[in-house]
Amino acid sequence: MLLIDCPHCGPRDEVEFHYGGQAHVPYPVDPYALSDRAWAEFLFYRDNPRGPFAERWVHAVGCRKWFNAIRDTVTYEFLAVYPMGSPPPNTSTASPPAHDSAHDSGSDPS
Amino acid sequence: MADSHTPTPRPEPVHLRRSPAHDMRAAMEQACTAGPHRVALREIPFVAQLGIRAVPGEEAAARIERVVGVTLPAAVGTTSGDPDGLHCVWIGPDEFLTIDVSRTHVQGEAEAAAAVLDDDRPGAGRTAGQVVDLSGNRTVLELTGPSARAVLEKGCHVDLHPREFPVGCAVSTLVGPVPMIVHRAHEETFRLLPRSSFAQYTVRWLCDAMLEFRALSA
Repeated sequence: MLLIDCPHCGPRDEVEFHYGGQAHVPYPVDPYALSDRAWAEFLFYRDNPRGPFAERWVHAVGCRKWFNAIRDTVTYEFLAVYPMGSPPPNTSTASPPAHDSAHDSGSDPS
Repeated sequence: MADSHTPTPRPEPVHLRRSPAHDMRAAMEQACTAGPHRVALREIPFVAQLGIRAVPGEEAAARIERVVGVTLPAAVGTTSGDPDGLHCVWIGPDEFLTIDVSRTHVQGEAEAAAAVLDDDRPGAGRTAGQVVDLSGNRTVLELTGPSARAVLEKGCHVDLHPREFPVGCAVSTLVGPVPMIVHRAHEETFRLLPRSSFAQYTVRWLCDAMLEFRALSA
């Protein structure tokens, strides 16, 4: 089980949290201007990197607050925890650069 | 809603209400053990509870503290006030729960307390906050005795060792699969606040966890 560092409550067991998917996926400025394909990509297409991944979590049975985290999808290690609305911190120094970053980022939904 | 209610609140039919763990009273009595490994479980029914949403340090928090009569705790795990009377539990950075185990809920008290937030005079300051009656939201189960901690440790997701969880500590966490507030009121007294709909299951879970200590005391 992961030990997740809630920014308000400190380290707690993973079962107290819910996963909120990829972070920093902006809502389209004008959804009506999007083609069906672009809209579907906004709704359903998410990055699936090997390595650090910015994602949202909520401390569901604790303080019930959402926060962002950068988690390494290979090691499951949490590299950073930061508030909603903040830009992702630079974790490149904290994370081992060995991972192949040439994953298919495909269509950026933003 | 066309019917015209009288403005004065009607008295509650208190004799009709049943606490969430009412049907488990016999099971709780039976599960209590004696001896050096003793542990006892009881429900404190209809405890007065107020849910408070305010950011400590802001005007709304100051007003709520004045009218409710308890300071809001500052950090995770902390409580303020009297554990056997009115006390306040930290739930989140802007969310608190006051619990008064010494008395039962009084109709209209939350509305009366929330009235202090209604001051809209110019210069009165920002008063974004909330006081709501949550007395029916959770029930209070009290687990006491030298083995109380061992019972909870069978399924609690936080460290209950006195070094990490001293007297006065309270957190919102899971016991078994049930989300609840765990409050160490005294050295050997834990108060558990599961939501009302989880009360029966929580009692069954605890009675099962207490069974071991009945065998030890026999």
